[in-house]
Amino acid sequence: MKKIIAAGVVAALMSGVAPASAATQIDFWHAFTGRLGELLDEQVAKFNASQTDYTVVATNKGNYSETLNAGIAAFRAGEQPDILQVFEVGTATMMGAKGAIKPVYEVMAESGLPFDQSAYLAAVAGYYTTTDGQMLSLPYNSSTPVLYVNKDALKAAGLDPEMDLSTWEQVGTALDALKAAGNKCPLTTAWQSWVHLENLSAYHNVPFATKENGFAGVDTELTFNGEVQVKHIDTLGQWAKDGKFIYSGRRNEGGAPFRAGECALFTESSAGYAGVKKEATFDFAIRPLPYWSDVEGAPQNTIIGGASLWVMQGQTPEEYKGVAAFFNFLSSADIQAKWHQDTGYLPITMAAYEATKASGFYEANPGTDISIIQMTGKAPTANSKGLRLGSFDQIRGIIDEELEGVWNGSKSAKDALDSAVSRGDELLRRFEQANR
Amino acid sequence: MEKRVVFDNRWLPYLLVAPQLLVTFVFFFWPAGQAIYQSAFIPDPFGLKTQFVGFGNFEYLFGNRYYRESFLTTAVFSVLVTVSAMSFALWLAVLADRVIKGSSAYRTLLIWPYAVAPAIAGVLWLFMFNPFTGIIAWMLSQMGYVWNHNLDGGQAMALVVAASAWKQISYNFLFFLAGLQAIPKSVIEAAAIDGASFWRRFWTIVFPLLSPTTFFLLVVNIIYAFFDTFGVIHTITKGGPEQSTTILVYKVFSDGFVGQDLGSSAAQSVVLLLLVGILTVVQFRFIERRVHY
Repeated sequence: MKKIIAAGVVAALMSGVAPASAATQIDFWHAFTGRLGELLDEQVAKFNASQTDYTVVATNKGNYSETLNAGIAAFRAGEQPDILQVFEVGTATMMGAKGAIKPVYEVMAESGLPFDQSAYLAAVAGYYTTTDGQMLSLPYNSSTPVLYVNKDALKAAGLDPEMDLSTWEQVGTALDALKAAGNKCPLTTAWQSWVHLENLSAYHNVPFATKENGFAGVDTELTFNGEVQVKHIDTLGQWAKDGKFIYSGRRNEGGAPFRAGECALFTESSAGYAGVKKEATFDFAIRPLPYWSDVEGAPQNTIIGGASLWVMQGQTPEEYKGVAAFFNFLSSADIQAKWHQDTGYLPITMAAYEATKASGFYEANPGTDISIIQMTGKAPTANSKGLRLGSFDQIRGIIDEELEGVWNGSKSAKDALDSAVSRGDELLRRFEQANR
Repeated sequence: MEKRVVFDNRWLPYLLVAPQLLVTFVFFFWPAGQAIYQSAFIPDPFGLKTQFVGFGNFEYLFGNRYYRESFLTTAVFSVLVTVSAMSFALWLAVLADRVIKGSSAYRTLLIWPYAVAPAIAGVLWLFMFNPFTGIIAWMLSQMGYVWNHNLDGGQAMALVVAASAWKQISYNFLFFLAGLQAIPKSVIEAAAIDGASFWRRFWTIVFPLLSPTTFFLLVVNIIYAFFDTFGVIHTITKGGPEQSTTILVYKVFSDGFVGQDLGSSAAQSVVLLLLVGILTVVQFRFIERRVHY
């Protein structure tokens, strides 16, 4: 037994020492498992093979929340990784932690490597830049909500499967026909707060919160109980009552019934494409997220969800150089184009988009470019750049709770949104106090 | 003559209990002390800066209607879990106690669910009751009953109670069965000869003699419902719909780990600490008096 332990210790020491003497180790903590985890590992392996100065070690730390908590706990213990993947709702938390993170623009500038911020898709990178345009974290996996359509279900309800569904009014007509034809699940959604409030607000160019949705300061207040949002939620509530909108859960639980062919329409992240393509045995199409035609300026652009890579403080200059080299590698056109095509996530650079277009991928997979067109059609405004709110994961929880009250008929849309706003504001004040 | 074991050395007894005291201190008193200390501050998640707020965190908590309502939710949940887990376990134990053939097989099977982790138990029940794909939800819909715990708070509560109680039944069963088997057969047989029916024998002899076990399980079950059911709730409802299944311990988690609001989370832990302390004192002072050892 002792011998085995001794052998283990020696082996551990050797494996720890050997690469360190040859190359600087870069620790990268992420939240990807399954297929996404494999694709991430592939990128890392490619980078490690491409040069000899640095070795990136990627480690999965659970889901997004768990990864963030692992990063926080590690930082408190002085054992933080070089790179931490943080979901978009954690952006404000990371920004507030000025002594814990090193902004990406700083890392890139110090490394002396070429770094052109204008090469990145403004709609994607905008979420992670300061108001004066400095990139804080590197966008990694970003997606935006789109409408998935089961064409067979439309046909069965006597509708034209190619019918125009670009406005919610048109969706309403389709739902009437589907319901009349006995469809049990005409419309369902994933990520209700993200799709039907956050993106709804950006898409109709109305504020979700004051201070440029939180970009301009932590003293922001929620404003998603405005006219457009109330009207939209009220309509969905009415549809829920009539059995035209089926609530399937807070996350993406609606994916299973849609892929099984039970639901006709489904609002979900563009990154859900791979799953639908793999499982759906019916004819499906991807359409842009619908908008209300009577709102002026709609459709503006939608915003992203997903995660970005943050660089942590307290590492050696040599490691930061390695991080910069790795980020440059990740941003390169061929790596990005492959990532975009494999996963359905948005490409983060214009070059990757052009490369994908040139390869004929969009013709072979119709609808996969809708997310990009939807996001880049118009220059983002203060209302559609993104959201930067503290405790936002929890605010989403509050929104979920209040919306459930609308779907089960116990609350009016106005009451629910008013209550979500006042409860959310309380959390924002807590966050402001903690980050003063 | 009274027999007593006396230590000659004055320090030996302290030395012998020291490991236990150390464990208690390191794993119970220290973290509890930390929680009390942290409840007076609002720190930022990374521990870069912190502000002293005194009782500010508690004021914030009790000023929140949803936090106050969560007490009622917790009470309803705990009572339902405790009562259903204990009564069902007692019923099974009484039945298993009467079985002679193959009794060990029955007992082993009944104990199994205890080995299932709470989160797994949650997922198992969720599979059966999933409004879209669950087999029981489907059967209910065939009978004309709409099951959708995503929207119906009462159904959600019923589901988390069932999953939590199911897991605890095995544990209770084990203790009840041991308790039943410790009751002298002669007492019961004497009552039977006097013509007492099964139910009369149960209520006048068995149940009172079982009271130490019942009391012990009551304490254990309430503490279980308060603290260990987190995994079940997290996997099945995440506290929803609205806040109908957000019990106190789930709120500690969501404020601390989802919201990164460590000050509020610490304050809630202190409240829970006090609450369970009070409950246990009440149980020992008032209920234990009725227990016959």
